[in-house]
Amino acid sequence: MSETILTFAEQRDGKLRRPSLEAVSEARRLADAQGGRVVAALIGSGVEGLVEELASFGADRVLVYDEPGFAAYATEAYARALAHAVVETKPAVVLLAFTAIGKDLAPRLAARVGAGLVSDCVGLSMKEGRLEARRPMYAGKAFALVRWTGDPQMATLRANVFSLGQPDPSRKAEVVKASVATDARARGTEVRAAKGGAVELTEAQIVVSGGRGLKGPEHFHLVGELAEALGGAVGASRAVVDDGWVDHQLQVGQTGKTVSPNLYVACGISGAIQHLAGMSSSRVIVAINKDADAPIFKVANYGIVGDVFEVLPKLTAAVKEHVGSKG
Amino acid sequence: MRIVVCVKQVPDTETRIKIAPSGDAIVDGDVSWIVSPFDEFAIEEALRLREAKGGDVILVTVGPDRAQTALRNGLAMGADSAIHVKDAALDAADPAATAVALAAAIRTAWPVDLILAGQQGVGGDHSQVPGLLAEALDLPQVTVAVKIEVGDGRATVEREVEGGREVWETSLPAVVSAQKGLNVPRYASLKGIMAAKKKTIRTLDAAALGLDPASLAPKTRTVALELPPGRPPVKLIDGEPAAAAAELVRLLHEEAKVI
Repeated sequence: MSETILTFAEQRDGKLRRPSLEAVSEARRLADAQGGRVVAALIGSGVEGLVEELASFGADRVLVYDEPGFAAYATEAYARALAHAVVETKPAVVLLAFTAIGKDLAPRLAARVGAGLVSDCVGLSMKEGRLEARRPMYAGKAFALVRWTGDPQMATLRANVFSLGQPDPSRKAEVVKASVATDARARGTEVRAAKGGAVELTEAQIVVSGGRGLKGPEHFHLVGELAEALGGAVGASRAVVDDGWVDHQLQVGQTGKTVSPNLYVACGISGAIQHLAGMSSSRVIVAINKDADAPIFKVANYGIVGDVFEVLPKLTAAVKEHVGSKG
Repeated sequence: MRIVVCVKQVPDTETRIKIAPSGDAIVDGDVSWIVSPFDEFAIEEALRLREAKGGDVILVTVGPDRAQTALRNGLAMGADSAIHVKDAALDAADPAATAVALAAAIRTAWPVDLILAGQQGVGGDHSQVPGLLAEALDLPQVTVAVKIEVGDGRATVEREVEGGREVWETSLPAVVSAQKGLNVPRYASLKGIMAAKKKTIRTLDAAALGLDPASLAPKTRTVALELPPGRPPVKLIDGEPAAAAAELVRLLHEEAKVI
Protein backbone atom coordinates (compact mmCIF):
# COMPACT_ATOMS: atom_id res chain seq x y z
CA MET A 1 0.00 0.00 0.00
CA SER A 2 1.19 3.48 -0.67
CA GLU A 3 -1.25 4.59 1.96
CA THR A 4 -1.11 7.10 4.75
CA ILE A 5 -0.98 6.28 8.44
CA LEU A 6 -2.01 9.30 10.46
CA THR A 7 -0.96 9.59 14.10
CA PHE A 8 -1.87 12.11 16.75
CA ALA A 9 1.29 13.58 18.28
CA GLU A 10 0.15 14.20 21.83
CA GLN A 11 2.12 16.79 23.74
CA ARG A 12 1.67 18.26 27.13
CA ASP A 13 3.51 21.36 28.35
CA GLY A 14 5.55 21.35 25.14
CA LYS A 15 6.80 17.77 25.52
CA LEU A 16 5.78 14.87 23.34
CA ARG A 17 4.28 12.13 25.46
CA ARG A 18 5.96 8.76 25.32
CA PRO A 19 2.77 6.78 24.48
CA SER A 20 2.23 8.91 21.38
CA LEU A 21 5.86 8.36 20.32
CA GLU A 22 5.14 4.64 20.70
CA ALA A 23 2.20 5.18 18.30
CA VAL A 24 4.46 7.01 15.80
CA SER A 25 6.98 4.15 16.11
CA GLU A 26 4.25 1.57 15.41
CA ALA A 27 3.00 3.64 12.46
CA ARG A 28 6.56 3.64 11.08
CA ARG A 29 6.82 -0.16 11.42
CA LEU A 30 3.47 -0.67 9.64
CA ALA A 31 4.42 1.81 6.91
CA ASP A 32 7.82 0.17 6.36
CA ALA A 33 6.23 -3.25 6.07
CA GLN A 34 3.62 -2.05 3.57
CA GLY A 35 5.33 0.84 1.82
CA GLY A 36 3.25 3.71 3.19
CA ARG A 37 3.93 7.11 4.67
CA VAL A 38 3.52 8.36 8.22
CA VAL A 39 1.84 11.68 8.90
CA ALA A 40 1.76 13.12 12.42
CA ALA A 41 -0.78 15.76 13.44
CA LEU A 42 0.77 18.06 16.03
CA ILE A 43 -1.67 20.29 17.91
CA GLY A 44 -0.76 22.91 20.50
CA SER A 45 0.60 26.38 21.04
CA GLY A 46 4.27 27.08 20.30
CA VAL A 47 4.91 23.42 19.52
CA GLU A 48 6.66 23.61 16.16
CA GLY A 49 9.97 22.76 17.81
CA LEU A 50 8.69 19.21 18.32
CA VAL A 51 8.68 18.47 14.58
CA GLU A 52 12.28 17.22 14.59
CA GLU A 53 11.61 14.70 17.31
CA LEU A 54 8.57 13.39 15.42
CA ALA A 55 10.69 13.12 12.28
CA SER A 56 13.39 11.22 14.17
CA PHE A 57 10.81 8.62 15.24
CA GLY A 58 9.60 8.21 11.67
CA ALA A 59 7.07 10.88 10.67
CA ASP A 60 7.42 11.70 6.95
CA ARG A 61 5.16 14.70 7.22
CA VAL A 62 3.95 16.75 10.17
CA LEU A 63 0.72 18.71 10.05
CA VAL A 64 1.10 21.53 12.56
CA TYR A 65 -1.95 23.15 14.16
CA ASP A 66 -0.31 25.85 16.22
CA GLU A 67 -2.68 28.36 17.84
CA PRO A 68 -2.93 29.98 21.27
CA GLY A 69 -6.41 28.38 21.51
CA PHE A 70 -4.78 24.94 21.36
CA ALA A 71 -2.55 25.58 24.41
CA ALA A 72 -4.76 23.41 26.62
CA TYR A 73 -6.51 20.27 25.43
CA ALA A 74 -10.19 20.74 24.59
CA THR A 75 -12.09 17.85 23.00
CA GLU A 76 -14.05 19.69 20.32
CA ALA A 77 -11.15 21.92 19.24
CA TYR A 78 -8.66 19.06 18.95
CA ALA A 79 -11.25 16.82 17.24
CA ARG A 80 -11.80 19.58 14.67
CA ALA A 81 -8.07 19.76 13.91
CA LEU A 82 -7.69 15.98 13.65
CA ALA A 83 -10.82 15.67 11.49
CA HIS A 84 -9.22 18.28 9.22
CA ALA A 85 -6.07 16.17 9.10
CA VAL A 86 -8.15 13.10 8.18
CA VAL A 87 -9.84 14.97 5.35
CA GLU A 88 -6.49 16.35 4.13
CA THR A 89 -4.55 13.09 4.18
CA LYS A 90 -7.28 10.43 3.61
CA PRO A 91 -5.49 7.92 5.83
CA ALA A 92 -6.08 4.17 5.74
CA VAL A 93 -5.11 3.99 9.40
CA VAL A 94 -5.34 6.49 12.27
CA LEU A 95 -3.43 5.78 15.50
CA LEU A 96 -3.71 7.51 18.86
CA ALA A 97 -2.35 6.54 22.26
CA PHE A 98 -4.88 5.25 24.81
CA THR A 99 -4.02 8.04 27.25
CA ALA A 100 -6.44 10.31 29.11
CA ILE A 101 -6.49 12.59 26.05
CA GLY A 102 -6.57 9.78 23.49
CA LYS A 103 -9.40 8.08 25.32
CA ASP A 104 -11.44 11.29 25.31
CA LEU A 105 -10.57 12.41 21.79
CA ALA A 106 -10.64 9.24 19.66
CA PRO A 107 -14.40 8.47 19.92
CA ARG A 108 -15.30 12.08 19.13
CA LEU A 109 -13.04 11.99 16.08
CA ALA A 110 -14.29 8.55 15.00
CA ALA A 111 -17.91 9.71 15.05
CA ARG A 112 -17.01 12.90 13.20
CA VAL A 113 -15.19 11.19 10.32
CA GLY A 114 -17.32 8.01 10.33
CA ALA A 115 -14.42 5.72 11.24
CA GLY A 116 -14.57 2.46 13.16
CA LEU A 117 -12.53 2.66 16.35
CA VAL A 118 -10.82 -0.16 18.24
CA SER A 119 -9.74 0.88 21.74
CA ASP A 120 -6.78 -0.09 23.88
CA CYS A 121 -5.01 -2.26 21.31
CA VAL A 122 -2.03 -4.35 22.41
CA GLY A 123 -1.16 -5.69 18.94
CA LEU A 124 -1.61 -4.65 15.30
CA SER A 125 -0.90 -6.78 12.27
CA MET A 126 -1.60 -6.65 8.55
CA LYS A 127 -3.82 -9.39 7.11
CA GLU A 128 -4.40 -9.25 3.34
CA GLY A 129 -3.66 -5.54 3.29
CA ARG A 130 -6.09 -4.84 6.13
CA LEU A 131 -5.32 -4.15 9.75
CA GLU A 132 -6.17 -6.64 12.48
CA ALA A 133 -6.06 -5.50 16.10
CA ARG A 134 -5.62 -7.51 19.25
CA ARG A 135 -7.19 -6.01 22.36
CA PRO A 136 -8.01 -7.15 25.88
CA MET A 137 -11.63 -7.51 26.98
CA TYR A 138 -12.98 -8.15 30.46
CA ALA A 139 -9.87 -6.26 31.63
CA GLY A 140 -7.62 -8.95 30.17
CA LYS A 141 -9.57 -12.12 31.01
CA ALA A 142 -9.86 -12.55 27.22
CA PHE A 143 -8.36 -11.05 24.08
CA ALA A 144 -10.32 -10.15 20.95
CA LEU A 145 -9.03 -10.04 17.39
CA VAL A 146 -10.89 -7.24 15.67
CA ARG A 147 -11.13 -5.99 12.08
CA TRP A 148 -12.65 -2.94 10.50
CA THR A 149 -15.40 -3.01 7.87
CA GLY A 150 -14.28 0.27 6.23
CA ASP A 151 -11.74 3.10 6.26
CA PRO A 152 -10.16 4.79 8.02
CA GLN A 153 -9.19 2.06 10.47
CA MET A 154 -8.81 3.94 13.73
CA ALA A 155 -7.15 2.50 16.84
CA THR A 156 -5.96 3.63 20.23
CA LEU A 157 -2.83 1.90 21.52
CA ARG A 158 -2.12 0.90 25.10
CA ALA A 159 0.91 2.57 26.66
CA ASN A 160 4.07 0.50 27.32
CA VAL A 161 3.12 -2.26 24.86
CA PHE A 162 4.33 -1.01 21.46
CA SER A 163 8.07 -0.54 21.56
CA LEU A 164 9.61 2.84 21.04
CA GLY A 165 11.59 3.02 17.79
CA GLN A 166 15.25 4.00 17.70
CA PRO A 167 15.20 7.75 16.93
CA ASP A 168 17.24 8.73 13.89
CA PRO A 169 18.16 12.44 14.07
CA SER A 170 19.06 12.49 10.38
CA ARG A 171 15.45 11.85 9.36
CA LYS A 172 13.59 14.92 8.13
CA ALA A 173 9.87 15.56 7.80
CA GLU A 174 7.92 17.84 5.52
CA VAL A 175 6.13 20.45 7.63
CA VAL A 176 2.66 21.64 6.65
CA LYS A 177 0.97 24.35 8.68
CA ALA A 178 -2.79 24.20 8.93
CA SER A 179 -5.40 26.18 10.77
CA VAL A 180 -8.87 25.48 12.14
CA ALA A 181 -11.11 27.22 14.69
CA THR A 182 -10.22 26.52 18.31
CA ASP A 183 -13.54 27.15 20.06
CA ALA A 184 -15.05 24.48 22.31
CA ARG A 185 -18.14 24.39 24.50
CA ALA A 186 -16.36 22.38 27.21
CA ARG A 187 -12.85 23.19 28.37
CA GLY A 188 -10.49 22.91 31.29
CA THR A 189 -10.12 25.90 33.59
CA GLU A 190 -7.81 24.49 36.24
CA VAL A 191 -5.32 21.67 36.71
CA ARG A 192 -4.86 20.03 40.09
CA ALA A 193 -1.72 17.95 40.05
CA ALA A 194 -1.49 14.90 42.25
CA LYS A 195 0.72 15.07 45.31
CA GLY A 196 4.43 14.66 44.70
CA GLY A 197 4.23 14.46 40.89
CA ALA A 198 3.42 10.76 41.14
CA VAL A 199 4.27 8.45 38.23
CA GLU A 200 1.10 7.64 36.24
CA LEU A 201 0.02 4.09 36.96
CA THR A 202 -0.92 3.05 33.42
CA GLU A 203 2.34 4.34 31.95
CA ALA A 204 4.75 3.29 34.70
CA GLN A 205 7.44 0.71 33.87
CA ILE A 206 7.29 -0.57 37.46
CA VAL A 207 4.21 -0.80 39.68
CA VAL A 208 4.15 -1.79 43.35
CA SER A 209 0.66 -2.55 44.69
CA GLY A 210 -0.63 -3.18 48.18
CA GLY A 211 -3.66 -5.04 49.48
CA ARG A 212 -5.44 -6.17 52.63
CA GLY A 213 -2.33 -8.00 53.83
CA LEU A 214 -1.03 -4.61 54.96
CA LYS A 215 -3.77 -4.63 57.59
CA GLY A 216 -4.42 -0.89 57.61
CA PRO A 217 -3.78 2.42 55.81
CA GLU A 218 -1.11 3.33 58.35
CA HIS A 219 1.11 0.60 56.89
CA PHE A 220 0.65 1.52 53.24
CA HIS A 221 3.85 3.59 53.34
CA LEU A 222 5.75 0.28 53.10
CA VAL A 223 4.41 -0.05 49.56
CA GLY A 224 5.22 3.58 48.75
CA GLU A 225 8.80 3.19 49.99
CA LEU A 226 9.44 0.15 47.80
CA ALA A 227 7.86 1.93 44.80
CA GLU A 228 10.08 4.95 45.40
CA ALA A 229 13.22 2.82 45.69
CA LEU A 230 12.31 1.13 42.38
CA GLY A 231 11.28 4.40 40.71
CA GLY A 232 7.79 3.03 40.11
CA ALA A 233 4.15 3.91 40.69
CA VAL A 234 1.94 2.84 43.59
CA GLY A 235 -1.16 0.72 43.00
CA ALA A 236 -3.75 -0.93 45.22
CA SER A 237 -6.35 -3.69 45.28
CA ARG A 238 -10.06 -2.89 45.12
CA ALA A 239 -10.54 -4.06 48.69
CA VAL A 240 -8.30 -1.36 50.17
CA VAL A 241 -9.65 1.34 47.84
CA ASP A 242 -13.22 0.49 48.84
CA ASP A 243 -12.14 0.61 52.49
CA GLY A 244 -10.81 4.11 51.89
CA TRP A 245 -7.13 3.45 52.60
CA VAL A 246 -6.01 5.09 49.35
CA ASP A 247 -7.52 7.10 46.48
CA HIS A 248 -9.48 5.14 43.87
CA GLN A 249 -7.07 6.45 41.21
CA LEU A 250 -4.61 3.86 42.49
CA GLN A 251 -6.94 0.89 41.99
CA VAL A 252 -5.65 -1.85 39.71
CA GLY A 253 -8.27 -4.27 38.39
CA GLN A 254 -11.44 -4.56 36.42
CA THR A 255 -13.16 -1.47 37.84
CA GLY A 256 -9.85 0.36 38.14
CA LYS A 257 -6.79 0.62 35.94
CA THR A 258 -5.42 -2.11 33.74
CA VAL A 259 -1.63 -2.04 33.76
CA SER A 260 1.09 -3.83 31.78
CA PRO A 261 4.40 -2.71 33.33
CA ASN A 262 7.75 -4.47 33.00
CA LEU A 263 7.59 -5.30 36.68
CA TYR A 264 4.54 -5.64 38.92
CA VAL A 265 5.05 -6.27 42.63
CA ALA A 266 1.94 -7.43 44.52
CA CYS A 267 2.29 -6.99 48.28
CA GLY A 268 -0.27 -8.60 50.55
CA ILE A 269 -2.67 -9.08 47.64
CA SER A 270 -4.38 -12.47 47.46
CA GLY A 271 -5.32 -12.05 43.80
CA ALA A 272 -9.10 -11.82 43.37
CA ILE A 273 -10.07 -12.55 39.77
CA GLN A 274 -10.96 -8.93 39.10
CA HIS A 275 -7.52 -7.81 40.34
CA LEU A 276 -5.67 -10.45 38.30
CA ALA A 277 -7.56 -9.22 35.24
CA GLY A 278 -6.02 -5.78 35.64
CA MET A 279 -2.36 -6.81 35.97
CA SER A 280 -1.72 -10.31 34.61
CA SER A 281 -0.36 -8.99 31.31
CA SER A 282 2.58 -7.44 33.19
CA ARG A 283 5.90 -8.77 31.92
CA VAL A 284 7.31 -9.89 35.26
CA ILE A 285 5.15 -10.33 38.35
CA VAL A 286 6.42 -10.65 41.92
CA ALA A 287 4.08 -11.75 44.71
CA ILE A 288 4.70 -11.37 48.41
CA ASN A 289 2.00 -12.99 50.51
CA LYS A 290 1.66 -15.01 53.70
CA ASP A 291 -0.69 -17.55 52.14
CA ALA A 292 1.17 -19.95 49.83
CA ASP A 293 -2.17 -20.96 48.26
CA ALA A 294 -3.15 -17.39 47.29
CA PRO A 295 -4.19 -17.15 43.60
CA ILE A 296 -1.65 -14.35 43.04
CA PHE A 297 1.14 -17.00 43.01
CA LYS A 298 -0.53 -18.62 39.96
CA VAL A 299 0.31 -15.59 37.81
CA ALA A 300 3.58 -14.60 39.53
CA ASN A 301 7.05 -15.26 38.09
CA TYR A 302 8.71 -14.90 41.49
CA GLY A 303 7.17 -15.32 44.89
CA ILE A 304 8.10 -14.93 48.50
CA VAL A 305 5.77 -16.69 50.94
CA GLY A 306 6.11 -14.47 53.95
CA ASP A 307 4.88 -11.62 56.07
CA VAL A 308 4.83 -8.30 54.16
CA PHE A 309 5.80 -6.50 57.37
CA GLU A 310 9.06 -8.45 57.50
CA VAL A 311 9.77 -8.78 53.79
CA LEU A 312 8.97 -5.30 52.45
CA PRO A 313 11.48 -3.31 54.55
CA LYS A 314 14.21 -5.83 53.67
CA LEU A 315 13.28 -5.72 50.01
CA THR A 316 13.30 -1.91 49.97
CA ALA A 317 16.73 -1.95 51.59
CA ALA A 318 18.02 -4.54 49.09
CA VAL A 319 16.70 -2.48 46.16
CA LYS A 320 18.34 0.68 47.52
CA GLU A 321 21.61 -1.19 47.89
CA HIS A 322 21.31 -2.49 44.33
CA VAL A 323 20.53 0.98 42.94
CA GLY A 324 23.42 2.41 44.96
CA SER A 325 25.85 -0.22 43.62
CA LYS A 326 24.89 0.72 40.06
CA GLY A 327 25.93 4.28 40.89
CA MET B 1 -34.05 19.25 34.97
CA ARG B 2 -34.26 16.18 32.80
CA ILE B 3 -31.36 13.76 33.01
CA VAL B 4 -30.87 10.75 30.76
CA VAL B 5 -28.57 7.97 31.99
CA CYS B 6 -27.16 5.43 29.52
CA VAL B 7 -26.96 1.98 31.08
CA LYS B 8 -25.28 -1.19 29.91
CA GLN B 9 -25.86 -4.69 31.20
CA VAL B 10 -22.55 -6.56 31.56
CA PRO B 11 -21.22 -9.83 33.03
CA ASP B 12 -20.48 -9.63 36.75
CA THR B 13 -16.82 -8.70 37.34
CA GLU B 14 -16.29 -12.00 39.21
CA THR B 15 -17.25 -13.95 36.09
CA ARG B 16 -14.78 -16.50 34.76
CA ILE B 17 -14.69 -16.00 31.02
CA LYS B 18 -15.14 -19.03 28.75
CA ILE B 19 -14.98 -18.82 24.97
CA ALA B 20 -17.97 -20.20 23.03
CA PRO B 21 -17.36 -22.92 20.39
CA SER B 22 -18.02 -20.30 17.68
CA GLY B 23 -14.74 -18.71 18.82
CA ASP B 24 -15.95 -15.12 18.62
CA ALA B 25 -18.12 -14.78 21.74
CA ILE B 26 -18.15 -15.78 25.39
CA VAL B 27 -20.29 -18.54 26.87
CA ASP B 28 -23.09 -16.48 28.41
CA GLY B 29 -25.32 -19.25 29.74
CA ASP B 30 -24.03 -19.20 33.32
CA VAL B 31 -23.02 -15.53 33.42
CA SER B 32 -24.74 -13.41 36.05
CA TRP B 33 -25.57 -10.02 34.56
CA ILE B 34 -25.23 -6.71 36.36
CA VAL B 35 -25.50 -3.00 35.62
CA SER B 36 -22.00 -1.90 34.59
CA PRO B 37 -20.48 -0.50 37.82
CA PHE B 38 -19.55 2.81 36.16
CA ASP B 39 -23.18 3.24 35.06
CA GLU B 40 -24.26 2.86 38.69
CA PHE B 41 -22.18 5.94 39.50
CA ALA B 42 -24.00 7.75 36.67
CA ILE B 43 -27.43 6.67 37.95
CA GLU B 44 -26.57 7.71 41.50
CA GLU B 45 -25.37 11.12 40.35
CA ALA B 46 -28.55 11.65 38.34
CA LEU B 47 -30.71 10.79 41.36
CA ARG B 48 -28.77 13.19 43.57
CA LEU B 49 -29.13 16.00 41.04
CA ARG B 50 -32.87 15.32 40.73
CA GLU B 51 -33.20 15.34 44.52
CA ALA B 52 -31.44 18.72 44.63
CA LYS B 53 -33.04 20.37 41.61
CA GLY B 54 -36.22 18.48 40.74
CA GLY B 55 -37.01 17.00 37.34
CA ASP B 56 -36.84 13.45 36.12
CA VAL B 57 -34.32 10.70 35.40
CA ILE B 58 -34.76 8.53 32.32
CA LEU B 59 -32.67 5.40 31.76
CA VAL B 60 -31.84 4.18 28.28
CA THR B 61 -30.20 0.95 27.22
CA VAL B 62 -29.47 -1.01 24.06
CA GLY B 63 -29.61 -4.78 24.47
CA PRO B 64 -31.55 -8.03 24.24
CA ASP B 65 -34.55 -8.99 26.42
CA ARG B 66 -32.38 -9.65 29.49
CA ALA B 67 -31.28 -5.97 29.48
CA GLN B 68 -34.72 -5.15 30.96
CA THR B 69 -33.39 -6.44 34.27
CA ALA B 70 -30.68 -3.76 34.25
CA LEU B 71 -33.34 -1.12 33.65
CA ARG B 72 -35.49 -2.51 36.51
CA ASN B 73 -32.42 -2.33 38.78
CA GLY B 74 -31.94 1.34 37.91
CA LEU B 75 -35.66 2.06 38.31
CA ALA B 76 -35.50 0.38 41.73
CA MET B 77 -32.66 2.74 42.69
CA GLY B 78 -35.09 5.57 41.91
CA ALA B 79 -35.05 6.48 38.20
CA ASP B 80 -38.46 7.55 36.86
CA SER B 81 -38.78 5.75 33.54
CA ALA B 82 -36.73 3.87 30.95
CA ILE B 83 -36.28 3.28 27.25
CA HIS B 84 -35.16 -0.12 25.98
CA VAL B 85 -33.81 -0.20 22.43
CA LYS B 86 -34.08 -3.77 21.18
CA ASP B 87 -33.56 -4.85 17.59
CA ALA B 88 -32.00 -7.87 15.91
CA ALA B 89 -30.01 -5.39 13.81
CA LEU B 90 -28.17 -4.48 17.03
CA ASP B 91 -27.14 -8.04 17.98
CA ALA B 92 -23.62 -7.48 16.63
CA ALA B 93 -23.59 -3.80 17.61
CA ASP B 94 -20.18 -2.20 18.05
CA PRO B 95 -19.83 1.04 20.04
CA ALA B 96 -20.57 3.07 16.88
CA ALA B 97 -23.92 1.34 16.28
CA THR B 98 -24.78 1.48 19.98
CA ALA B 99 -24.18 5.23 20.05
CA VAL B 100 -26.38 5.78 16.98
CA ALA B 101 -29.22 3.85 18.63
CA LEU B 102 -28.78 5.63 21.98
CA ALA B 103 -28.74 9.04 20.29
CA ALA B 104 -32.01 8.28 18.49
CA ALA B 105 -33.62 7.05 21.71
CA ILE B 106 -32.45 10.12 23.63
CA ARG B 107 -33.94 12.40 20.97
CA THR B 108 -37.37 10.92 21.76
CA ALA B 109 -36.98 12.23 25.32
CA TRP B 110 -35.88 15.74 24.28
CA PRO B 111 -35.51 18.39 25.76
CA VAL B 112 -32.78 16.91 27.95
CA ASP B 113 -30.44 18.93 30.20
CA LEU B 114 -27.78 16.37 30.96
CA ILE B 115 -26.77 12.95 29.66
CA LEU B 116 -24.75 10.73 31.98
CA ALA B 117 -23.05 7.40 31.27
CA GLY B 118 -20.34 5.25 32.81
CA GLN B 119 -16.87 6.13 31.52
CA GLN B 120 -16.55 2.56 30.25
CA GLY B 121 -18.77 -0.48 30.03
CA VAL B 122 -17.10 -3.14 32.13
CA GLY B 123 -16.23 -6.11 29.92
CA GLY B 124 -16.12 -4.51 26.48
CA ASP B 125 -13.86 -1.85 28.02
CA HIS B 126 -14.09 0.35 24.93
CA SER B 127 -14.62 3.73 26.66
CA GLN B 128 -16.17 4.99 23.44
CA VAL B 129 -19.92 5.51 23.78
CA PRO B 130 -19.91 8.83 25.69
CA GLY B 131 -17.73 10.56 23.08
CA LEU B 132 -19.51 8.95 20.12
CA LEU B 133 -22.85 9.95 21.60
CA ALA B 134 -21.80 13.54 22.26
CA GLU B 135 -20.72 13.91 18.64
CA ALA B 136 -23.91 12.24 17.35
CA LEU B 137 -26.04 14.67 19.37
CA ASP B 138 -23.71 17.62 18.68
CA LEU B 139 -23.20 18.24 22.40
CA PRO B 140 -20.10 19.06 24.43
CA GLN B 141 -18.57 16.20 26.44
CA VAL B 142 -16.65 15.90 29.67
CA THR B 143 -15.36 12.39 30.40
CA VAL B 144 -14.13 10.52 33.53
CA ALA B 145 -15.92 12.85 35.93
CA VAL B 146 -15.29 12.50 39.66
CA LYS B 147 -17.33 15.57 40.67
CA ILE B 148 -20.23 17.34 38.97
CA GLU B 149 -21.78 20.67 39.96
CA VAL B 150 -24.73 21.89 37.93
CA GLY B 151 -25.48 25.61 37.66
CA ASP B 152 -27.76 27.63 35.41
CA GLY B 153 -27.26 26.17 31.92
CA ARG B 154 -23.69 25.22 32.86
CA ALA B 155 -21.83 22.53 34.75
CA THR B 156 -18.45 22.40 36.45
CA VAL B 157 -16.87 18.99 36.27
CA GLU B 158 -13.73 17.60 37.89
CA ARG B 159 -12.19 14.90 35.73
CA GLU B 160 -9.35 12.47 36.14
CA VAL B 161 -6.22 12.77 34.04
CA GLU B 162 -2.73 11.30 34.35
CA GLY B 163 -1.10 12.62 37.46
CA GLY B 164 -4.06 14.56 38.82
CA ARG B 165 -7.38 16.19 38.14
CA GLU B 166 -8.68 18.94 35.89
CA VAL B 167 -11.66 21.21 36.37
CA TRP B 168 -13.73 21.68 33.21
CA GLU B 169 -16.58 24.06 32.48
CA THR B 170 -19.27 23.09 30.02
CA SER B 171 -22.51 24.47 28.69
CA LEU B 172 -25.60 22.28 29.07
CA PRO B 173 -26.94 20.07 27.69
CA ALA B 174 -23.78 17.98 27.67
CA VAL B 175 -22.64 14.36 27.88
CA VAL B 176 -20.69 13.61 31.06
CA SER B 177 -19.14 10.19 31.77
CA ALA B 178 -18.83 8.90 35.33
CA GLN B 179 -15.65 7.54 36.92
CA LYS B 180 -15.25 5.64 40.17
CA GLY B 181 -14.96 8.22 42.96
CA LEU B 182 -17.92 10.31 41.76
CA ASN B 183 -20.16 8.95 44.52
CA VAL B 184 -21.16 5.77 46.33
CA PRO B 185 -24.24 4.30 44.65
CA ARG B 186 -27.24 3.56 46.87
CA TYR B 187 -28.76 0.11 47.17
CA ALA B 188 -32.32 -0.29 45.96
CA SER B 189 -34.76 -0.40 48.89
CA LEU B 190 -37.57 -2.93 49.07
CA LYS B 191 -39.99 -0.06 48.48
CA GLY B 192 -37.93 0.99 45.47
CA ILE B 193 -37.97 -2.53 44.05
CA MET B 194 -41.77 -2.70 44.44
CA ALA B 195 -42.22 0.76 42.88
CA ALA B 196 -39.95 -0.16 39.94
CA LYS B 197 -42.39 -2.86 38.86
CA LYS B 198 -44.99 -0.20 38.11
CA LYS B 199 -42.67 2.17 36.25
CA THR B 200 -42.81 2.45 32.47
CA ILE B 201 -40.21 0.89 30.18
CA ARG B 202 -40.77 1.88 26.55
CA THR B 203 -39.36 -0.73 24.17
CA LEU B 204 -38.41 0.66 20.77
CA ASP B 205 -36.91 -0.99 17.70
CA ALA B 206 -34.91 0.65 14.91
CA ALA B 207 -38.02 1.35 12.85
CA ALA B 208 -39.77 3.03 15.78
CA LEU B 209 -36.70 5.25 16.18
CA GLY B 210 -36.76 6.08 12.47
CA LEU B 211 -33.34 4.49 12.01
CA ASP B 212 -32.20 3.16 8.66
CA PRO B 213 -30.71 -0.33 9.33
CA ALA B 214 -27.61 0.73 7.37
CA SER B 215 -26.87 3.34 10.06
CA LEU B 216 -26.60 0.48 12.58
CA ALA B 217 -24.08 -1.56 10.58
CA PRO B 218 -21.05 -2.17 12.81
CA LYS B 219 -17.79 -0.54 11.74
CA THR B 220 -15.70 -3.10 13.58
CA ARG B 221 -16.22 -6.82 14.16
CA THR B 222 -14.62 -9.36 16.43
CA VAL B 223 -13.20 -12.19 14.34
CA ALA B 224 -11.95 -14.28 17.25
CA LEU B 225 -11.69 -14.32 21.03
CA GLU B 226 -8.91 -16.06 22.88
CA LEU B 227 -7.95 -16.62 26.48
CA PRO B 228 -4.81 -14.89 27.74
CA PRO B 229 -1.53 -16.77 27.26
CA GLY B 230 -0.58 -18.89 30.25
CA ARG B 231 2.11 -17.69 32.63
CA PRO B 232 5.21 -19.68 33.57
CA PRO B 233 5.17 -21.44 36.97
CA VAL B 234 6.19 -19.33 39.94
CA LYS B 235 9.71 -19.52 41.28
CA LEU B 236 9.39 -19.41 45.06
CA ILE B 237 12.27 -17.87 46.98
CA ASP B 238 12.86 -19.38 50.41
CA GLY B 239 14.93 -18.25 53.33
CA GLU B 240 14.99 -15.50 55.93
CA PRO B 241 13.38 -12.22 54.80
CA ALA B 242 16.71 -10.43 54.30
CA ALA B 243 18.24 -13.29 52.31
CA ALA B 244 15.06 -13.83 50.27
CA ALA B 245 14.88 -10.10 49.48
CA ALA B 246 18.51 -10.03 48.34
CA GLU B 247 17.98 -13.13 46.18
CA LEU B 248 14.84 -11.59 44.63
CA VAL B 249 16.72 -8.40 43.72
CA ARG B 250 19.49 -10.50 42.16
CA LEU B 251 16.97 -12.49 40.08
CA LEU B 252 15.11 -9.35 38.97
CA HIS B 253 18.39 -7.84 37.85
CA GLU B 254 20.27 -10.81 36.38
CA GLU B 255 17.53 -13.17 35.20
CA ALA B 256 14.43 -11.05 34.51
CA LYS B 257 16.47 -7.91 33.69
CA VAL B 258 13.74 -5.56 34.87
CA ILE B 259 15.74 -3.54 37.41
